[in-house]
Amino acid sequence: MRRSVIAARNLVKRFADFEAVKGVNFTVCGGECFGLLGPNGAGKTSIAKMIYGFSPVTAGKLEVFGEDIMTGARNIKAKIGVVPQEDNLDPELTVWENLLVYAGYFRMPKDMAQRRAGDILAFMDLQDKSGAVVEQLSGGLKRRLTIGRALLNQPALLILDEPTTGLDPYARHLVWQRLKKLKESGTTMLLTTHYLEEAGQLCDRLIVLYHGEILERGAPRELIERHTGNDALELGVEPARHGVLMEGNEDLIKARQMLGDDLVLFTGHGRELAERISGRAAALGIPVRHQRLRPANLEDVFLKLTGETLKED
Amino acid sequence: MVKRKQLFNGITAIPDLSWPLVMKVVYRNLLVFKKTWKANIMFNFIEPMLYLWAMGFGLGVYVSQIEGLSYIDFLAPALIASSAMFSTTYEMTYGSFTRMGHQKVFQGMVATPVSMDDVVMGEILYGTFKGVLYGIVFLIVVALFGLVKSPWALLTPVPLALMVMSFSVMSLVWTSIAPNYDSFGYFFTLLISPMFLFAGVFFPVDNLPAGIRFLPWFTPLYHAVEVIRPLLHGKVAWSNLADLGWLAAFVVLTIRLPLTMVKNRLIQ
Ligand SMILES: Nc1ncnc2c1ncn2[C@@H]1O[C@H](COP(=O)(O)OP(=O)(O)OP(=O)(O)O)[C@@H](O)[C@H]1O
Ligand SMILES: [Mg+2]
Repeated sequence: MRRSVIAARNLVKRFADFEAVKGVNFTVCGGECFGLLGPNGAGKTSIAKMIYGFSPVTAGKLEVFGEDIMTGARNIKAKIGVVPQEDNLDPELTVWENLLVYAGYFRMPKDMAQRRAGDILAFMDLQDKSGAVVEQLSGGLKRRLTIGRALLNQPALLILDEPTTGLDPYARHLVWQRLKKLKESGTTMLLTTHYLEEAGQLCDRLIVLYHGEILERGAPRELIERHTGNDALELGVEPARHGVLMEGNEDLIKARQMLGDDLVLFTGHGRELAERISGRAAALGIPVRHQRLRPANLEDVFLKLTGETLKED
Repeated sequence: MVKRKQLFNGITAIPDLSWPLVMKVVYRNLLVFKKTWKANIMFNFIEPMLYLWAMGFGLGVYVSQIEGLSYIDFLAPALIASSAMFSTTYEMTYGSFTRMGHQKVFQGMVATPVSMDDVVMGEILYGTFKGVLYGIVFLIVVALFGLVKSPWALLTPVPLALMVMSFSVMSLVWTSIAPNYDSFGYFFTLLISPMFLFAGVFFPVDNLPAGIRFLPWFTPLYHAVEVIRPLLHGKVAWSNLADLGWLAAFVVLTIRLPLTMVKNRLIQ
């Protein structure tokens, strides 16, 4: 196996008497993009903050680059780049000054800092904002600068806490493309996001957190196959008739999910199921407002997992 | 009790300081200062000027002599100290609170090899620099009025630096427990203004009622004024070393506090 960049064992984070992270175990290998998914308040940011040494570990062990984060934070932080959930740029400085000052914190020589800052402005498509004071940038531009700033020290590990929140579609695709490029060049990444498409595109493996515990883990494709099968059939049918409609087709239905009044059926054999269902609806005279067959995606898995847990609570 | 424990958690540990990085933090603050210093210096220096005019030239006419000095000679050196005190105190309360609060500048810094101790030490040094700078600017003004009588005045930055460093420390301690901007009002009303009025700036502390005459001795401003006044008039005495010693001791004994308290506030 490749060397592990992050190793969390029984990792716990407690705030006063509230346990935000309840003993999680995971390993992130060199060169992979590892996703942390989960609903609001699941503990994603709490984990990210422990990894970049901001928040002390309450219990358990957290090693980054093989070093304990609680004792080796300074060395570790030199090798990581952090995009926090909330921007913390220097609002009174210009874009250029922000990058140069930040490079100083890594003790980068001035000429190198200027070269890196120039590269980053180009990389994040921010060249014409170089002289702008950060306070006056739009939210999305700030976000891009925050991401660029995290790349200054050419980090071996990038921690991205909802990096693309607030970005327009163009900028989001730009960032995805840039992140893929970095991954190809061997950068390890830890990504938290609420865009499941983003996680599906970028993550090699991921965990789904819920109330500080790991609900599920695996590669995106693997999770889709395990929980939903490849296809999703959306049906606009009265909730009262759902039961009758599915009768006799249980063999094909891997899982189902209510989204509002709509019924979503997950299956490995979408076409066959769609035909059978329309046949049955026609035979029984059940009105179908709309029907759509589409590939199942990570969002379906996420909704199913977190939805089930909600029901259990 | 639990709360107090959190406040002082880790106070006995050796601070995690990297001086080159502390200087990077100072540099960051200077870079921001450079953008606003003109407006800033004007603002900070008009007030002591007004005091000098109003008290020195106005009220001073009715005061014959204090400790063998004309009133303006008595007042001007003390205003150097108090204007330095005010500039440091504003910076280390409102300024630092903004940087650690909604700007989240501290949080950005500590995601790099910079430690929280580096950040707070950088703040203390920056607050010290700013106070000394404003003190020196006012010293120059006082000199232009012909109120500097001795080359000993060139040593003024020494007591100034020690004094404003202790104000950096005190202010940051307050800032670390301040819930909001309004609470700085208490700090100024309860601590800074009484010092300004009663620690020997406007009249000798011997004129205070006997019961509270000992109080100014516990303030950094009093000791700084006690040194700066003789420096400007070339009347230095060995006893001034005791005042310097008091200021140095204050800094040494208290500097660990803000490092711990700011860290415990921000890091959870
Ligand atoms: N400083 C703190 N003090 C007390 N509780 C906290 C603190 N920070 C976070 N929490 C709590 O810990 C839990 C996990 O928070 P966290 O920020 O890790 O969630 P998240 O998964 O990142 O959520 P989101 O998707 O909304 O960003 C939440 O219930 C939150 O209220
Ligand atoms: Mg979060």
